[in-house]
Amino acid sequence: MPLLLNEEQTMLRDSARGFIGDKAPVSHFRQLRDAKDATGFSRDYWRTFSEMGFAGLLVPEAFGGSGLGAVEAGVVMEEIGHTLMPSPFLSTAVLGVSALKHGSDAQKADYLPKIADGALLTALAIDEGAKHRPLQTAMKAARSGNGFKLNGAKAFVVDGHTADLLIVAGRSAGAPGERDGLTLFLVDPKAKGISVERTAMVDSHNAARITFDDVEVTADSVLGDVDQGGALLDSVLNIGRGAVAAEMVGLSDEVFGRTVSYLKERKQFGKLIGEFQALQHRAAHLYTEIEVTRAAVLKALQLIDDGAPTAPAAIAVAKAKAGTTATLAVQEGVQMHGGMGMTDQFDIGFFMKRARVCQELLGDSNYHADQLARLKNY
Amino acid sequence: MLGIPRTKRMETLMSDLDQFRSETRAWLEANCPPEMRKPMSSDEDTFWGGRNAKYSSEPQRLWFERMRDKGWTVPHWPKEYGGGGLDGEQTKILRQEMAAISARLPLVSFGISMLGPALLKYGTDAQKQEHLPKIAAGLIRWCQGYSEPNAGSDLASLQTRAESDGDDYLITGQKIWTSYANYADWIFCLVRTDASGKKHDGISFILFDMTSKGVSTKPILLISGKSPFCETFFDNVRVPKSHVLGTVNRGWDVAKYLLQHERAMISGMGERGAGRPLGQIAVDSIGADAQGRLDDAMLRGQIASFEVDEAALACAAERAVDLAKAGQAHPAFSSAMKYYGTELNKRRHEILMSSGGIDALEWESQRSHEGARPRAWLRTKANSIEGGTSEVMLGIVAKRILDLPGA
Repeated sequence: MPLLLNEEQTMLRDSARGFIGDKAPVSHFRQLRDAKDATGFSRDYWRTFSEMGFAGLLVPEAFGGSGLGAVEAGVVMEEIGHTLMPSPFLSTAVLGVSALKHGSDAQKADYLPKIADGALLTALAIDEGAKHRPLQTAMKAARSGNGFKLNGAKAFVVDGHTADLLIVAGRSAGAPGERDGLTLFLVDPKAKGISVERTAMVDSHNAARITFDDVEVTADSVLGDVDQGGALLDSVLNIGRGAVAAEMVGLSDEVFGRTVSYLKERKQFGKLIGEFQALQHRAAHLYTEIEVTRAAVLKALQLIDDGAPTAPAAIAVAKAKAGTTATLAVQEGVQMHGGMGMTDQFDIGFFMKRARVCQELLGDSNYHADQLARLKNY
Repeated sequence: MLGIPRTKRMETLMSDLDQFRSETRAWLEANCPPEMRKPMSSDEDTFWGGRNAKYSSEPQRLWFERMRDKGWTVPHWPKEYGGGGLDGEQTKILRQEMAAISARLPLVSFGISMLGPALLKYGTDAQKQEHLPKIAAGLIRWCQGYSEPNAGSDLASLQTRAESDGDDYLITGQKIWTSYANYADWIFCLVRTDASGKKHDGISFILFDMTSKGVSTKPILLISGKSPFCETFFDNVRVPKSHVLGTVNRGWDVAKYLLQHERAMISGMGERGAGRPLGQIAVDSIGADAQGRLDDAMLRGQIASFEVDEAALACAAERAVDLAKAGQAHPAFSSAMKYYGTELNKRRHEILMSSGGIDALEWESQRSHEGARPRAWLRTKANSIEGGTSEVMLGIVAKRILDLPGA
């Protein structure tokens, strides 16, 4: 398969770009931030997103979606990266759907059509400590009657404050660090014992801390198999990592485009600053990093869709690489914009903040480089 | 909805390619000798062809001849010139299948990687008939006469003169950094046929036999203790005017076109013959902790970061080929790849040296294969100089791709 978007994917990109660029430029995000909007994203736009088929992009056709894959998710995420449009796309259309696709027939029939319709929002609750370490999950899922009782706390739950359904990783057996003993649960955020604290983050996007205090869940709310949630979690996290990597490609590309334009208009010492070789070479280096990253991310997404055994290594490469490239892009972006880059009035700082969050989201560059080393046995 | 069913035609195409893949796999399995499926351990493992070609082993000869007979020394060249006549997708599959069994390249030559593409684009029918089959069959070994003592990064300021003398040119001047000039049969060379105009004008691209009267070479001893490069001297060398490739005085176009291929080749150097994974090489010499992790946490991190970049670059190389096939490639993109690939290869060898520790410092002993590792490490320092320095590459990207002012 060529490492390019096919015709259908190109059309999808154009339609995503059309809507996002037109309706939700960076100023849309700025308004939400300035207003300290309680929802943090536009529900109207999410409705339009679902009408355009984006909410159900990954939902199988039998459940009212388009039945598309990781590459298509990446196409939309890359466009989101260009304007920083706040949207439940990642939490619901990518992570939520990818998890629920592994559910029972009843679970799929219950939730997937509603997601495709834009009527249901989900949030994946994994992280507990300062860093993304899914195997370190300690949240207690003790058997209780016919079901389980959940105790513990989750952090950095993307869109956790607006979700209608939480997908929660708990430890039903074993000790933190072990792969066996993980179970995923579908939990109603209004259930007794749950408290949700919306966390204001540096990037003004949505996240929450959620505590679980003797929360009762039934056996029917288990997603997949009890104690064997590790593999399911890997596959869900990997598609999410690929999607975030794609967002970082879009973000890097946007910052780079803005920066190169600035190099061509800003004058100092009587000439355009883009004439200085010190800046030219750094811009050319950044261009190369972005193109290399773009290829690595597309490759990883294609391998996920192929179900290739090499997909996990490719995802580790893509997320690690996208993280370092985005970090470089935003730093060069601010530096090359000089004092303007430091002002809140200027958009470039938004990208720097978002890149920092995307780094931590689902594992930073160090985490994924370490994963690669483990996969290669050293 | 967004879903558009795949057409039947796509499916037929896919099944043809699947069949090509399985046939290729079976043929390679039957024909690639086991000795040719091991990483190369020294320069002698590379077969360069030429009038004085030497096989280092019988399996090397067998492998070369079998591949040559299939046209797979140059799989994507037309069959009439000794190629395999494969299309882009088939060539990619052949390379993937060769990589899957770690098959070595049967023939390495500047004729294949550099001159061939330029001949195919700019050659007359007679020139193509004369030279391409001999390149494909490994009969003639070529070298490249580009750089001069005063024309390095500023290549277009070259001074080697070609003076008209009836149907011939008389060529006088000096080239430098001519790779393997002392082993080459023919040279493709940039000469000045007109000194009156701008420096980029008045250059011609010409081909001639290295046994011509007036040609001499002198190897240059490098920091690696080896001499892959030569100084090459021309003293009134007589060359027929019909040996000019492309238009007289427009040789710079040919030179640039060829450089794109050269840069693509150099950027891929790190990928070939990668052999045993870096992390394992390091574990072999340093050891692992109780959990099987390399017992040097900082080095382990460096290796992992390197491997992220290396894997990403491989994707970019694959994408560059696909973009070219789709007609969407930027002609200067090979400069970005050359820059990235060579800097990465230098990093790889720094890591190899660090992994080997004091064992990698031995210079002359059988145990160290006569210092193979440190010599290879030092050799890679030229990667970011030869074929255009990293700084020149970044300048090209800044000017031609980013369109920055005054670049």
